[in-house]
Amino acid sequence: MSSWEDDDSAAAAAAAAAASTDVELLKRAWRNEKASPEILRFDSPLVSRVREQIQLLEETLDDFGESGVDDLVVSLYQMDLDRTLFLLRSYLRLRLQKIEKYMMHISKSEDLLSRLSQQEQRFAKSCTEMMEKHLEQSVLSKLPYGYDSVTRQSLSSTEDDMGIPFDLIIIPEPQLDTFVFCKTKSDVGAFQLDDIGEEVVDLVADDLYVLRYKSIKGLVESGQIDLI
Amino acid sequence: MAGQSDPHLSIFSPSEVEFVAEDEIVEIVPNIRMEALNMICGDFGPFFPQIASKVPLWLAVALKKRGKCTIRTPDWMTIERESPKEFQPLPFHYIEISKLLFDHARDDISDAYLVRSLIEDIRDVRFHKVETGLETISGRTHAVKLKNLSAMEVNIVRPFMRDLRRSLVSSRLGKNWYLLTVNL
Repeated sequence: MSSWEDDDSAAAAAAAAAASTDVELLKRAWRNEKASPEILRFDSPLVSRVREQIQLLEETLDDFGESGVDDLVVSLYQMDLDRTLFLLRSYLRLRLQKIEKYMMHISKSEDLLSRLSQQEQRFAKSCTEMMEKHLEQSVLSKLPYGYDSVTRQSLSSTEDDMGIPFDLIIIPEPQLDTFVFCKTKSDVGAFQLDDIGEEVVDLVADDLYVLRYKSIKGLVESGQIDLI
Repeated sequence: MAGQSDPHLSIFSPSEVEFVAEDEIVEIVPNIRMEALNMICGDFGPFFPQIASKVPLWLAVALKKRGKCTIRTPDWMTIERESPKEFQPLPFHYIEISKLLFDHARDDISDAYLVRSLIEDIRDVRFHKVETGLETISGRTHAVKLKNLSAMEVNIVRPFMRDLRRSLVSSRLGKNWYLLTVNL
């Protein structure tokens, strides 16, 4: 990552932190994760901050129980806690589902692996190993040489008699050209959607666009655009 | 269909959209005295009888259910009998907010019956606009701008746009790409 990108994202993060609570930030991460076809970067500091707040509130609620605070107040705090817990669990579960779906694709790429938390990396690794072992034992060991790879249809031929490529990669990959719904927080200005500059769209703050994910990937990563 | 192992990854369920909408801020008038609440999602209160206070919708509904407050109807959910002074834009979560208020705070809404039918009319007209707007999508559409589309409406259009990817992948031949804009 180049330094200006660092500055940029640091500034964006600082602005976001000033404007919203951790729960709002987590909610944004949850929505982006839900709407994006691929796995996004795990925000460890944010998740640990939310965890701390959850723990703190749990302790406070225990104290409330002993000191006889009004039931109404206790139940309101309990709702706040439950909502936060739901959000955090849903976010973590969502990421696990994505990792499970694209585990082989993710373990191939250093960049994708680096987006996972340490626990998620362990999960992806053991999941991949188990899947490979299972495929090996149940199917692949019984296939002839050249057809016994987990990642490829066949090693030798590139086309069959009909001219259909045999060399298909059979690892599920996220579809990055899916259309996604997104909203910009501030004016991005004329934004180029493709490499050659034929598709340009003027992104105005608070307007809702439906665009291909791969063309706005960079904006999602830098936090300039939110998926919904 | 949507089992644990095969989730519709990028789809928000209606209850999840409602969950998000419950964080929208509304105004309540409490009838009790209560200390300030310092919650994970923000600080609210302190609350005094008959003094209006701003809280998230879920908190308002929780208090309302226990008979501890009345919820002030948002301006866009009121009927202007005289000539409209000012145009009221609909919030992003207008469908969910109005549903929650009708379910839990019906007695706080004046002309509830009329407001409900008006909101349903607005919803129908908007859906129709989206439908006719999207009919003009073609293989050359590279981006769609849906001005002021609301959260629930996003959910309705989403499956359509996902299928579109499949049908457009094969027809990316045209050179003159354009932006389709639907204004609501």
